[in-house]
Amino acid sequence: MEAIRIHELTKDYYVGFWRKRKVRALDQLSLTVNKGEIFGFLGPNGAGKTTTLKLLMRLIYPTSGHAEILGKPFDDVAMHAHIGYLPENPYFYDYLTAEEFLAYSARLFGLNSTGMKSKIDELLQVVDLKDARRLQLRKFSKGMLQRAGIAQALINDPEIIFLDEPMSGLDPIGRREIRDLILGLKREGKTVFFSTHILPDVETLCDRVAIIHKGRLRGCGSLTELLVGDSSAIEMVVSRFNDELQGALRSTATDQNVAGNMLRLTLPDQAALFRALEVVRAHGGQVVHVHPLKESFEDYFVKLFANESKSIEP
Amino acid sequence: MNKILAIAQNTFKEAIRDKILYSLILFALLMIGSSLILGMISINIETKVTVDVGLSSMSLIGAVIAVFIGINLVHKEIDKRTLYSILAKPVRRTEFILGKFFGLAFTLFVNLAIMTVGLVLVLTYVKSHAYSKGQLTEIHSSLFVAVFLIFLQLLLITGIALVFSSFSTPTLSAMFTLALYFIGQFNADIKHFGVDAGNVAVRMITSGLYYLLPNFGNFNVIAGVSHGKPIAAALVVYDVAYSIVYLAILLSAAAVIFNQRNLK
Repeated sequence: MEAIRIHELTKDYYVGFWRKRKVRALDQLSLTVNKGEIFGFLGPNGAGKTTTLKLLMRLIYPTSGHAEILGKPFDDVAMHAHIGYLPENPYFYDYLTAEEFLAYSARLFGLNSTGMKSKIDELLQVVDLKDARRLQLRKFSKGMLQRAGIAQALINDPEIIFLDEPMSGLDPIGRREIRDLILGLKREGKTVFFSTHILPDVETLCDRVAIIHKGRLRGCGSLTELLVGDSSAIEMVVSRFNDELQGALRSTATDQNVAGNMLRLTLPDQAALFRALEVVRAHGGQVVHVHPLKESFEDYFVKLFANESKSIEP
Repeated sequence: MNKILAIAQNTFKEAIRDKILYSLILFALLMIGSSLILGMISINIETKVTVDVGLSSMSLIGAVIAVFIGINLVHKEIDKRTLYSILAKPVRRTEFILGKFFGLAFTLFVNLAIMTVGLVLVLTYVKSHAYSKGQLTEIHSSLFVAVFLIFLQLLLITGIALVFSSFSTPTLSAMFTLALYFIGQFNADIKHFGVDAGNVAVRMITSGLYYLLPNFGNFNVIAGVSHGKPIAAALVVYDVAYSIVYLAILLSAAAVIFNQRNLK
């Protein structure tokens, strides 16, 4: 089942005062997000992530293309009762207390006051703001504001939650809390669509990701699908080695590193691995572990954009 | 409707938690109070001076509040990005505009009520003065009608500020709104000028401007009320009808402009 379907969504901005020039912020973006998955929307700053989210939230209008959320057009007002949204670097009404802010958000969803009270209590507990419920938002730290923002995005018990850079500017504990919260939402069967440029979060959280750069989609799929390719290389770590063993492996391993009493070898393929095992056995070495060398997501990301800039820039 | 009410209440809450509003109300009350001193040096016309200065202060300070809160109604929400989480919810932009308008309208109503209480207290004090006994009874009812007409005028100013606020910066909005406020005070003169000019083209232009620009002249009954003259019922009915039609046009314009807008 599809939760979100985006079809050739394009957004142009016109910049300049006298001679207006067109800047394409989003270029024919098409992707689908399945129900119940955590979907990471990745890209460097200025890639078009926030533009996409603002389009889906009806804050800006597309130049062309369309999108559907829960099978309804993205600008269907009634459909927005079933989604939640946390804007990037959220600024809320700083004169309101956390409790008042959530009550206001609930009223905008048309929730009645009886159901509202218990929901607000529950959410303040979930985002750990129970003690700060009567504090004005102007006195909140960035992490607390982010959590208040998540609470308002969940007040209507949404089916899909859109989070724009939920981890940015948070300390490691704050990031961990948000990460656990997102995983909790998935356990409840909710769909989470979040944009980020923090790669470790993507690796620990996402079922699937889309990568966007300069307004265009560069890749979409699960991490294993995207990281396929450079996985034939193998790393082997050996202990109880000597100079003789190192010398014997020089022709087999593409790289050797000594770290403490461990020798780390990079082997190009399976054949090289078998040869290396023979050499280690013959020289009385001990194999500590062997595992396929998988490209990290960060490597993939950097490589993708390095290639992009080579092909785009003259 | 419930959403419009929620937005209106939040707008009111924002206004009453802003210290500037209290400074303005205090200033207005001081101005009303100062009419006591002016009254003292105006033998036999104490009531007239008090009513004149009091109502004028209410009108002026009310206009300042309407303009300076009105121009920020939409702009501040876009600038601070508080609007993002609101419009992502099942809220129509038109509902947002209406909520903002009614929120400020209620703020102005409460302000005027406080200032009216201040004025009545001052008048009660003046009434106890030896020279002015017997003057007050006949002006009291028209005093409240005058306050009501000031309120209608402030609603129109709020509507104008809201239109500019939906597409312009606060500085430009303030300039445009204040310009229309002052032009609106002399709108009848524009029509008379066209009639006196004797040229058909000039008459058509001035008469077009007369109907397009707000006409605040008919809302200003302060001079008559301070002289103890009653306000014609027909004028009140005309002003109410005019306000409803003009506000409907202003709010529709603000909603149409705001509906088209891409938020930065």
